Amino acid sequence: CRAPPAGVPAACGWRGVPGAFPRGDAVSPRRYLLCASGDFVKVYSVATEETLRLMGGHADLVTGIQLNPHNHMQLYSSSLDGSIKLWDFMDGIPIKTFTVGSKLLALYTLAGAEDSVFVVIPKKGERDTFQLVSVKLTKGAGQDLEAQEVSVVLDGVGASPKHIAFGREGEYVVSVKEITLQVYFFKRKLLNRFSLRAVKTKGGDNRFSCVACHPVEDCIATGHADGKIRLWRNFHHKKEYTYSTLHWHHDIVMDLAFSMEGTRLLSGGVESVLVQWHNESAWQKDFLPRLGSPIEYISMSSDGALCCTLHSDNRITIINSNLRFSRSIQGLIKSRDIKTGLVVDPRTKALVLNGEPGHLQFYCLQSDQQLFSLDIVQRQYVHQAGLQQSDLVKVAFSARGTWLATVEEREEVTDPELELKLWFYDEETQSFKLNTRINTPHDNHITDMCFRDMDELEDDSLILVTTGRDCVFKVWVMVEDTDPEAQQRVSWSCDFVGSYHNYQATNCCFSEDGSLLAVSFEETVTVWDSVTWDLKCTFCHPPGNIRNICFGRLTCSKYLIGATDYGFLCCWNLLTCALEWSAHLNVVVLQPDPLSEHIAAVSWLSKESSLFVFKPNEPRPIYIQRNLCKEKILLAAFVPRDEPETTGSEKYLWLRRSQLFFLTDTQELMTLSTKSLEERLTPSSKQLAVEESLPVTPFSLLLGKHRRQESQEEIDLGKLVVHNKHEQASPAVKELLHTPAHVLPSASFLCPIFINSLLISKENKSAEEVADEVDMESEKTEDDSDEERDVTEMEQEDKSHMELLGEMTCKLSKSQEKELRKIRKVDYSWISAF
Amino acid sequence: MAEYKPVVVQTCPKLGERITQDTLYWRGDKTPVQIKEFGAVNKVDFSPVPPYNYAVTASSRIHIYGRYSQEPIRTFSRFKDAAYCATYRDDGHLLVAGSEDSSIRLFDISGRAPLRQFDGHTKPVHLVGFLSDKYRIFSGGDDYSSNLWDIPSATEIVSYSEHTDYVRCGCASKVNADVFITGSYDHTVKLFDARTKSSVMTIEHGHPVESVLLFPSGGLLVSAGGRYVKVWDVLKGGQLLVSLKNHHKTVTCLCLNSSGQRLLSGSLDRHVKIYSTMSYKVVHSFNYATSILSLALSPEDETIVVGMTNGVLNVKHRKPEERKEKFQKKRQPAYRTYMKGRTYMPKQEDFCVSKPVKRVLRKYDKLLKSFQSSKALDAVLEPPIMLHTPEVTVAVMQELHRRGTLRSALAGRDEKQVNLLLTFVARRVIEPRFTPVLVTVADMITDIYQPVVGQSAIVDRQFLKLQEAIRKEIDYQEELLEVLGMMDTLFATFTEKKDMYLEDNKSNGFTDTIETNTND
Repeated sequence: CRAPPAGVPAACGWRGVPGAFPRGDAVSPRRYLLCASGDFVKVYSVATEETLRLMGGHADLVTGIQLNPHNHMQLYSSSLDGSIKLWDFMDGIPIKTFTVGSKLLALYTLAGAEDSVFVVIPKKGERDTFQLVSVKLTKGAGQDLEAQEVSVVLDGVGASPKHIAFGREGEYVVSVKEITLQVYFFKRKLLNRFSLRAVKTKGGDNRFSCVACHPVEDCIATGHADGKIRLWRNFHHKKEYTYSTLHWHHDIVMDLAFSMEGTRLLSGGVESVLVQWHNESAWQKDFLPRLGSPIEYISMSSDGALCCTLHSDNRITIINSNLRFSRSIQGLIKSRDIKTGLVVDPRTKALVLNGEPGHLQFYCLQSDQQLFSLDIVQRQYVHQAGLQQSDLVKVAFSARGTWLATVEEREEVTDPELELKLWFYDEETQSFKLNTRINTPHDNHITDMCFRDMDELEDDSLILVTTGRDCVFKVWVMVEDTDPEAQQRVSWSCDFVGSYHNYQATNCCFSEDGSLLAVSFEETVTVWDSVTWDLKCTFCHPPGNIRNICFGRLTCSKYLIGATDYGFLCCWNLLTCALEWSAHLNVVVLQPDPLSEHIAAVSWLSKESSLFVFKPNEPRPIYIQRNLCKEKILLAAFVPRDEPETTGSEKYLWLRRSQLFFLTDTQELMTLSTKSLEERLTPSSKQLAVEESLPVTPFSLLLGKHRRQESQEEIDLGKLVVHNKHEQASPAVKELLHTPAHVLPSASFLCPIFINSLLISKENKSAEEVADEVDMESEKTEDDSDEERDVTEMEQEDKSHMELLGEMTCKLSKSQEKELRKIRKVDYSWISAF
Repeated sequence: MAEYKPVVVQTCPKLGERITQDTLYWRGDKTPVQIKEFGAVNKVDFSPVPPYNYAVTASSRIHIYGRYSQEPIRTFSRFKDAAYCATYRDDGHLLVAGSEDSSIRLFDISGRAPLRQFDGHTKPVHLVGFLSDKYRIFSGGDDYSSNLWDIPSATEIVSYSEHTDYVRCGCASKVNADVFITGSYDHTVKLFDARTKSSVMTIEHGHPVESVLLFPSGGLLVSAGGRYVKVWDVLKGGQLLVSLKNHHKTVTCLCLNSSGQRLLSGSLDRHVKIYSTMSYKVVHSFNYATSILSLALSPEDETIVVGMTNGVLNVKHRKPEERKEKFQKKRQPAYRTYMKGRTYMPKQEDFCVSKPVKRVLRKYDKLLKSFQSSKALDAVLEPPIMLHTPEVTVAVMQELHRRGTLRSALAGRDEKQVNLLLTFVARRVIEPRFTPVLVTVADMITDIYQPVVGQSAIVDRQFLKLQEAIRKEIDYQEELLEVLGMMDTLFATFTEKKDMYLEDNKSNGFTDTIETNTND
């Protein structure tokens, strides 16, 4: 989390900064995917796509991560804060921190170079000039060390990590910048420079965009801005070098990667097609098209079995070696421009906003995962710069989430291509189904859209209002088709068209009870009766156009709030039709809380955003948060909490029932939290520490949850159920989880065994009580015996299916021994009582 | 990794009348046969027995036509003046007709001279019919009376003079041999029982009654008069069930289909409307050349005969039901291709691995997937697609435009292809659903092929056609705008009062607000 204002518990929770993915994300053989994201390094499980660990410690953007070539369990990371950290990523523990001092822009490691790494730093005294330096990592005892031993390797290199590559066995380093290629041979201390022609001919553009080195041969592949790939050979000689050209991409080559043996070359770019060039067969190529969004980085795993591409929309795609799509890791998808605003789906409480082009993403805030992506535009998206393609601009949900209205538009020179779609939530398929499509609902752009929110009424009283720049607002209603043979029962059609003095309609809003509709026309707010569509009254507060309007809720439902772009926040009383109060505030976002009468206003003044929370009935805000963040906040949304938070502080009472989320212009999603960062991070790390050896799968989490519940029960029931705590480790479950699936009997057979193993057995309890009464052994031994008893019980069930499996484990015999021992130790004393 | 998404072809819901089962049923007719009669056809009646000949009363003659004959099989022309209402008996052997000379004549259909003549009315007789016991005839005349006659003795049994105007229509109950109904120009429908001396029920229709009809069950009565068709519940003492007003001129005739589920009404407004007797909604309608006087449906619904005021008889035959040709059973695959274990039924513990469904892409989608814009455009410019599903062509053009490759796809085409393109654009550019895309396409084509204008006569002609189409559309739009202006004025006069009220309200609001009217 980047520097929350001091002394203030505001903190940002999620972010989508795809630009911050550094190159060296490394696939540790088959199991982990490491990725730098913002100030953190994330560890993902390749098998389950889940975030296993979040390693935070850097104070600024992480710019490079590399596996330690001498220890594959360790990881180097560099950051803009000028430090290199060595991590044990299995445990998520920082081992050492080396402070270099200046900003680090890229990080490289070499197997040959003992305890030194290469970083790109800005050259002292000169702006926009960078150099590649090798940093000696001193072997000290402490955790924080100074790394001052810096020697310059190459001057005038590019700042991007893609501009430098190390050659075969670290013999040479290649750097590209603009149109020059530099090769430095370490052993010979020789620097060769090659330049391409700077002139752009026939649309050609010779500037380098990326470089990669062949792992076995002396061969360099460079990508160019015009989509060409050049393969350089013989670059030992200044004059007799050769290069061959491969051309498929029509736009800049974003990244290149060689396979482990160098037989294949992967390239990717804006087209979002991963191209695989085969070395042997005259550069024959294979394609993996439609990866969703432009490819930014390509990375190969160290065993060459997997490859992953990082996309500009904040997504990682994992691809098999035979160029098959395997899986993708995605959080909040970054779209070019969030036009839809932040909308909360009433059904899932997910945040809904633009996702992939033409899609609507439903983003779950609790799990930082995309729930699903709804294809709205339903057209093939062509990844090409400079194309005007349809995109989603407005989204509105009905109060219970049964209807979804979307507006898509395509900018045209003459007139925009508009489409209004209404989707109905199909309970059977659990997804939205297109009900009505309206072409050109307005003659010009649609500026706002809202449903009449009426919870208690029937669905057929639903009304949708759209406002457009063609100076009208339109009211859409559902009409029922009387024909029994019709395909669908209801459809939508226009009911009323309203206008006011030919001003552009900018915003619309229904009052809480749905009886009044407020539509703002430039400088004027008009209030309409929603039954007869009569103009009731108008409000105006010059100068300045109305930017936002909203009605007060609950006790404040008689107020109408409006914000103008001349920096006024006005509150009108609907009963007296008079201005109640106004404040001088440049409000960018005005967001009412659906569950209380609070309204959040975010203002933007001289490079800082401030938050004001107020109730319409009193002009004094109840909460002010100045300098909320440096970026401009564009959107905000209140997300209802599942259960009201119990917060002691009076100050945050307004956050009790719903949580406020903001989206900045750099598409970072933030939230206001009353807890400190540590408090919020701890539960997740606890959860992750469950089982060290296993990757956290949904299944194991399920088990973990079950276990935690039990531990709660333990507290409730005292020691009666203490014995159950180790059953996780029982052989039956272990066997179930570790035996390969193809040798297991059918699931229907295993299920009762598994379920039984999870049950709390009654006889056991009684036996325990008996044991309690009889022998007065120490606490510890009793625990032991519990354990053993438990094991035996499991083992008996175990046998039944072990026979089936035809497998014998030494564990089993061990437990048998234990059983025997236990019988010897415990039993016979109570028999004597008879 | 996402799948390739095929091009979305925007389909618009079809405007206009919805195609229902009824539309399909009633449309399934052969080309109608027109037969010219000597005067206005006042009655068409089908024989209730096969081969379902029908008697047409027009002027002073009664013609009997066979099912498919266009010439009359038989003619009864022994009338001195106009004949009316030739009606078959239930067994199809006898025919009775009224006449302008106030007599009623009974014919054997095989004979020529009348078997009996019933005299008693003093004015023309427009209504005659058999009661369901086959031995009595009821009649209604312009002398306001309705009579009952005995066939063997040719005598009047009873005469009711309850109507106060011409009696012009009536029918007999099929359930009870003593009950018949007459409708009159005095706006009433009366129900008579031959066993009583007076009418048992009077129903006020509200307009001169032109036609009455009893449902086969005898429970429901339909009367037509004025523009209304009204359905009455006889068993509830003549309660009005429903009143239908679907014609805009007088309804002259009524008829039921054989199953009793559809009611047909013909009117002077040249339309025959078909109602469902479940919902009493119009399910279909025919229109004819002139006003309709009479209408009949053959017992098996195979023929609709409509008689009109100009003496034309319109006969429509249904097409015979197409017999589904039995497809030859597919040859069993040879043993080599026979899949082993195909008939295996999965057991409970079996785990089924489903095969991934292979998606079939259209040709243009395949080409678009591999970014071959020009070829994709070629694929949708093929005549079958271009003619029958222009929305596909337009959708691909739009997709190409989205990808920014439309210009290069349009460029570099020869005379024939440009001709094809321009034909398409000129024809479809005025369709509102295609206009936004095709205007762009037309722009680009003119841009690209501007230098070669004048080199090919065919292309030049197409350019002129396009220009003409656009000019026409502009004129049309201008006219529409004019109409809109006119309508706005009209609406403005309507809403004046409301505006006043709003103005009041507004001014109130403004005096109350602190910031007063700077804008308004």
